[in-house]
Amino acid sequence: MCGIVGLFLKNATWEPHLGCLLAEMLVTMTERGPDSAGIAIYSAAGGRAKVTVQSSDPLRDFETLGEDLALAGIEAGIRIKSSHAVIEAATALDRLHDALAVVRPSVRVMSAGYSLEIFKDTGLPASVVARFDVRAMGGTHGIGHTRMATESAVTTLGAHPFSTGPDQCLVHNGSLSNHNNLRRALARKGMRFETDNDSEVAAAYLSARMAAGDDLGDALAGALDDLDGFFTFVVGTRTGFGVLRDPIACKPAVMAETDDFVAFGSEYRALARLPGIQSARVWEPEPATVYFWDRQNAA
Amino acid sequence: MLRFDLALQPLRALNSALHCLPPGQNDVHIEVLNPRGSHAVAVGIDKPVRVEVMGPVGYYCAGMNDGGTVIVRGSAGPGVAENMMSGTVVVEGDASQYAGATGRGGLLVIKGNAASRCGISMKGINIVVHGSIGHMSAFMGQSGHLVVLGDAGDALGDSIYEAKIFVRGRVKSLGADCIEKPMRAEHLETIADLLAKADVTGVRPEEFRRYGSARRLYNFDIDNADAY
Repeated sequence: MCGIVGLFLKNATWEPHLGCLLAEMLVTMTERGPDSAGIAIYSAAGGRAKVTVQSSDPLRDFETLGEDLALAGIEAGIRIKSSHAVIEAATALDRLHDALAVVRPSVRVMSAGYSLEIFKDTGLPASVVARFDVRAMGGTHGIGHTRMATESAVTTLGAHPFSTGPDQCLVHNGSLSNHNNLRRALARKGMRFETDNDSEVAAAYLSARMAAGDDLGDALAGALDDLDGFFTFVVGTRTGFGVLRDPIACKPAVMAETDDFVAFGSEYRALARLPGIQSARVWEPEPATVYFWDRQNAA
Repeated sequence: MLRFDLALQPLRALNSALHCLPPGQNDVHIEVLNPRGSHAVAVGIDKPVRVEVMGPVGYYCAGMNDGGTVIVRGSAGPGVAENMMSGTVVVEGDASQYAGATGRGGLLVIKGNAASRCGISMKGINIVVHGSIGHMSAFMGQSGHLVVLGDAGDALGDSIYEAKIFVRGRVKSLGADCIEKPMRAEHLETIADLLAKADVTGVRPEEFRRYGSARRLYNFDIDNADAY
């Protein structure tokens, strides 16, 4: 069992409140996943490369990170949030990524792109939300996950969301049975894995498909053929978010849409306090059906 | 009328009050405010009380109901009226997966759509769905009736025993050992009776088709191995 929440804003005046709304939704799903929690939050891209990193020793790793990156030729802005730091620089994403690997091999990359930030850690969702001050975050769309671990260790890296491509992330409720084979196949194609977690394989599968030219809709449709097991996925990209349930659809999912937002919850409880929910269109996503909302097509 | 506001009172206050009613007290009407998707609302009723829930509920609402009437003025999460023994449960919105699962008696009415596995392993419950139902509904259904005004999803009635299914719309596919069967006068009477009890008007029993067990999988037969 795990909990998933997602919120995609159609009304720009809500954007400063995205973190606050998502935090409430996430904490409501504590009973579904008290082991660890995480949040992926997207804001309008400013054109600067952005990497979120995590450290087991933030004092050591983050104190002189700006100076060390400057010595490597990169002028970066750094925001530290507990064990995570968001590094932004007006440079190519690959260059920032490579420089980080050289000057701080000890940090782990949570997300890389232009719009996405990911914060995740072990502990109750309420404490994770407080640790990273999620309520103060604004943005256009975001997804969150509360984890009850079933098949790999309860660690920061084993928490969701998983990001395996630029501005891409995935959260998963369920378990996959062919992830070891698929991980080997994807590794041969050059995908890198940080954990033994099945959900990371699903994320990497979608990233690999999108790197090969698929849009998110096609990549999700491919997942129905190639992933074996139980899943409800919510997937984020720079401009949108998608939802997919396996054909058996044991893992719960509820969606709601108004003129202001599209929201996802593992249970209705997660949506119950959203403003305007009383008049929202509420429905259960169909099994084996790809749902996708895109900012460019919304509004 | 008693009133419980779940925004102010814990769920246990409601359910304990329901369980503590003395025998013979059958004029109780309870209104439940602000359910906000709470789980296990009004489970374990064993008196002929009437409970109105003013909004959407989560998992297992009205589970094990024995003689009560529960009206949900909203949608219901998974397992509504699971293992109902007797009484009536009405969901005015949609119901999530396994509505009425393993129910032994009583009437479950869903005025919207029901998701997958509606009436799974039903054992005597009657279920009327005004809308459509999802895949694997009435899986291993043993007795009782499932009446669907809309369509049915994949694998309807898979491995069914003696539950009877009546569908007015399209059936996407039938499960193993489930077949269409001829409608007889007694079935039309049953449908008419259930439609009346479920507040359905303007629909004739003749518009439905009947599905049930081909009885080929009751006992293991090596020639049927492919069907399992």
